[in-house]
Amino acid sequence: MTNILEVNKVSVSFDGFTVLNNLDFSMEQGELRFFIGPNGAGKTTMLDIITGKTKPQAGEVLFDGENISHLGEHRIVQCGIGRKFQTPSIFGSLSVFENLEAALGFRDYTPQLFGPMSAEERDLLHETLDEIGLQNRAHVRAGLLSHGEKQWLEIGMLLIQKPKLLLLDEPVAGMTRRERDRTGELLLDIIKNRSVLVVEHDMEFVRKFARTVTVLHMGNVLCEGPMDEIQNNPQVIEVYLGKAHDEVRQVSKKQVAVRRTAPQAAAVH
Amino acid sequence: MVGWLAQGFNGISLGSILLMISLGLAFSFGLMKVINMAHGEFIMVGAYVTYVFQNTFADMLGGVELGLWFILAIFAAFIFTGILGIILEIGLIRYLYGRPLDTLLATFGVGLVLQQAARSIFGAPNVQVVSPSWLSGGLNAGLLILPYKRLFIIALVIVLIWAIYVYLNRTAAGRRLRAVMQNREMASALGVRSRRVDALTFGLGAGLAGIAGCVLTLIGPIGPTLGTNYIVDAFMVVVLGGTGSLLGTIMAALIIGVFNSVIEFSTTATVAKALVFVMIVAFLQWRPTGLVAQRSR
Amino acid sequence: MTSQKNGFRTFLTDWGPFIIWGVILLLAPMVLSEFRLNLLGKFLTFAIVAIGLDLIWGYGGMLSLGQGLFFGLGAYFFAMHLKLESGGGRLPDFMVWSGMKELPLFWQPFASPVFAIAMVIIGPLIVAAILGYFVFRSRIQGVYFSIITQALTLIVSISLIGQQPYTGGTNGITNLSTIFGHSLADPQTQVGLYLSTVIILGVIYILARLLTRSRFGRLLVATRDDEARVRFLGYSPVTIKTTTFAISAVCASIGGALFVPQVGIISPAALDVVPSIMMVIWVAVGGRATLVGAVVGALLVNAGQSAFSEQFPNVWQYFLGALFVGAVLLFPQGVVGTYRMAFARWGARGDSAPVEEEAPEAPVTGSGRLMQEVVE
Repeated sequence: MTNILEVNKVSVSFDGFTVLNNLDFSMEQGELRFFIGPNGAGKTTMLDIITGKTKPQAGEVLFDGENISHLGEHRIVQCGIGRKFQTPSIFGSLSVFENLEAALGFRDYTPQLFGPMSAEERDLLHETLDEIGLQNRAHVRAGLLSHGEKQWLEIGMLLIQKPKLLLLDEPVAGMTRRERDRTGELLLDIIKNRSVLVVEHDMEFVRKFARTVTVLHMGNVLCEGPMDEIQNNPQVIEVYLGKAHDEVRQVSKKQVAVRRTAPQAAAVH
Repeated sequence: MVGWLAQGFNGISLGSILLMISLGLAFSFGLMKVINMAHGEFIMVGAYVTYVFQNTFADMLGGVELGLWFILAIFAAFIFTGILGIILEIGLIRYLYGRPLDTLLATFGVGLVLQQAARSIFGAPNVQVVSPSWLSGGLNAGLLILPYKRLFIIALVIVLIWAIYVYLNRTAAGRRLRAVMQNREMASALGVRSRRVDALTFGLGAGLAGIAGCVLTLIGPIGPTLGTNYIVDAFMVVVLGGTGSLLGTIMAALIIGVFNSVIEFSTTATVAKALVFVMIVAFLQWRPTGLVAQRSR
Repeated sequence: MTSQKNGFRTFLTDWGPFIIWGVILLLAPMVLSEFRLNLLGKFLTFAIVAIGLDLIWGYGGMLSLGQGLFFGLGAYFFAMHLKLESGGGRLPDFMVWSGMKELPLFWQPFASPVFAIAMVIIGPLIVAAILGYFVFRSRIQGVYFSIITQALTLIVSISLIGQQPYTGGTNGITNLSTIFGHSLADPQTQVGLYLSTVIILGVIYILARLLTRSRFGRLLVATRDDEARVRFLGYSPVTIKTTTFAISAVCASIGGALFVPQVGIISPAALDVVPSIMMVIWVAVGGRATLVGAVVGALLVNAGQSAFSEQFPNVWQYFLGALFVGAVLLFPQGVVGTYRMAFARWGARGDSAPVEEEAPEAPVTGSGRLMQEVVE
C-alpha cells in the first residue's frame, strides 16, 4: 500500500531565513499523526506546503503517490486534502446552511453551480447539520455564531467534502472546556476512515488521542514515535527550553492564549 | 538617431512629470492603502494657487518676468494644498479607514466638489499662467535643444526626491512615518500617534500634488479638469511601482514615461498607451506586488 | 394542501413586488408623455448596467471602474449596425468626411443585425474574460483592480477618439434614423424600444436574482468575504471572479445596446472614466448587494440628474459630490438596505422575529480585507 502522504526533502526559506530545512516524513493510509514543536519550528509552513499555499523551493510532496507540489490550492483540495484552520474561518455573511452548501459543490464544474443541489446532496447536507448539532441554527448567519459553533461549522464543511487526508491546525485552540470536549468527539468522528495530520500545542489533548507523534524543530524532524517515548526523549525536553515536560504544557498553553487574542483582533477590523 | 534621443529625453521629461504627480499619491497609498481620487484635483488646486499667486504678488516681487514669484508660488501651492489634504484626512478619510474602495469613491466625490468650486470661482474656460522669462528657450546640447522648462521640472523632481529621502530617513517625523508604514499596531504601542502621522502624511502627499500643479502651469493652460488628464497614468505608476517604496515609484514613473514616448515615436500615442497598459498587466503576472515591494511572510 | 398554499404565499412575498413593478412599467406608455417615456427607457437601460455592477461590486466586492467601457462596447457595436442600416448601403457620413473610400473590413459584418447583436454579447464577454483572467490570476485585488479597469476604459475611449475614420472620433456615431426598418423618430418605435427594455431588464433581473441565490452566488459572496478560504474549500476564485466580471460586462453591454436607439447617438463621452464611476454611485445610492437597490439607485440618481442638472448645473455637481461622500460615509447600505434594516428592526419589535435572519448583508468591510491581503 502506498503512503497517503510523503514529504520528500522539502526546503523553504523566506528572505534567506530557512523555515523548512530538508523536511522528510511520510504518513500511512489511515494514520492519525500528531505534530508538535516549539514556536517557529515550521509547523504551519509545513501545512502551507502540503496545501499549496507556499511552494517548496526544493523537494516534493506526494499525495497518494502523486506529486502535488505544483498544483494550485484548490486543485489540492479537490485531490482530497482538507485543511482546518487555526481560527474558525467560515463565511460570516452566509447562513450556516449556505456555508455548508458552498462547501458541497467543490468538485462541480462552474455551470453546475448555477443549478440546484441534487437530492443526495441535500440529504448529505442535512445529515451533516445533525452531526455537528447545528440543525436548529441552519438559517442563522454564521457570523453570529459562538466561537465553538463556528468551529463545528468549519468541521462540518470539512466533513461534507469527505477528504482522504485531513490537516488540523490547532483544532482546540481558544475553546472553553465544554466546547473542547464536544470538538474532541466531533474530531473522533471525522478521523474515522481517513488519514489525519494534527498540529497541536495542547499537550493534554495530544496525550488523549495521540498514537504517533512527530516533533519538529528548526524546520526538520527531530524525532518520531509513541507519545510516552517522546515525552521522555532528552532531545525533545531540551528543545522545549530544557525544561521538564510538565512545564512544557504550561509554555504551550501560554502560546495558545496569545494566539487566541491576536487573530480575533484582526477579524474585528 | 536624433529622433530617438529626443524621444528618450521627452520620455524622461514625461517620466519626471508623472513622478511629480505620483509621488504624493504613492505616499498616501503606501501608508494608508488609500487611493485618493481627489489627487488630480489637488494638482488642479496647486495650479490655481499659482495662478492667483501670480496675479496677486508678481508685481510686488519684481514682475512676472523675473520669476521670484514662481519660486515662492511653489511653496505657496505646497502649503495650501497640504492644509487642504490635512483637512480632508481629518474630516473624512479617517472615518473610512480599512475600507479602501469606499475611500476611493468618497474622495472622488470630494474631487467633484473641488472641480465645481474651481469652476464657480475661476470659470470653466482654461486660464494661462505666464512663465518666468528665464524658463523660455532651451539649452543647445549639440544635436538637441533641451527646453529649459523641461530641465527645470527634472531638476525640481530630483530636489523633491532628495527632500523626501532626507525627511524619511533623517528626521524624527519621517522615522515615525516609516514606523507606522511598516507596522501600525507596533508603532502605536510604542507611543507613535499614528492618527497624527496619517494626517501629516496625507497632507504631505497633497502638498506634493500642489507642487505638481504649480509645475504643470509651465506646460500649458490650466482648467478645472486639469488633474483628470494625468491621474490615471499616475495610478498606473503606483500599481507598477509597488506600495510604500520611493524607489519603486521613481522607477515606474520613468519606465512608463520613456516607454510611452519611445513607442509613441514609432506608432501613435494611443497605441503607446495601450501597449504600456498591456505590459504593466503582463508584468504584474510575474510580480503582482510591483517593481519594489516590501516583503514579509 | 397547506404546503402548497404556503409555497404560493412565499412566492408572492418573494416575487410580488417584482410582478407589480413589472406591470406598472409595462403600462407606463399609456400614461407618460413621449418625452418622459423616452427618458424612463433610457434610465432603465442604466438599471441593467447597475444590476451587472451590483453583481460584481455588491456581491463580489470587486469595484469595477470599467463598466462604462462595456456599456460603450455594446452601444458602439449596435450603433455600427444602426448606422449601416440608416445609411441604406451608403458609406457612413463620418467616413466620407475623413476621406474613406470604402467600408473597413471589420465594419462589414455589422450590416447583419444578428452579427451585431451577437457581438454585443460576445465582445464584452471576451474582453472581460481575458482581462479578468489575467488580473485575478495574479491575485490583483481591491483598488488595484479598480485602477486597472479604469486605465483600460481610458485607453479605449482615447482610441475611439483617435480613430476618427473608423469610429467617428469625438462626435461618435450620430444620425441614427432607423432600427430593423422602423424609423427611430416614430413614437411607435420608441414605445416598442421602451417595452423591449422593460422586458430585457425583467429577464436580467430574474437571472441575476437566480444567480445570487444559487451556489455560485453564495461562493461569490464567500469570495468577497474571504477569498483564501474559498480557495481552500476547493474552488478557484479566479473562475468565480472572472465569470462574474464577464456577466457584469455583458449586462453593461446590453444596457449600452438598448441605450443607443433610444438616444440616437453614441459618443466616446459616454464611456469615459467619469461616467464609469457615475455608474458606481447608482448602486451605492440604491444599496449594494441588493438587486432592487441597483435598479432603484439607477432610476433615482438619473431622475435627479435630469431634473436638476439642466436648471442648476452648479448645485447638481456639488450635490453629486456630496452624494459620493454621503453614500459611503452615512448610508453604506443605500436606500434599499437602510429601508430593509429599518423594516427588520420594526418587524422585530412587532412580533419578536429574530433580527439576525433579516439583517442585510454588509459588504462594506469585505473590500478592506481583500485589499490587506494584496498589500501584505
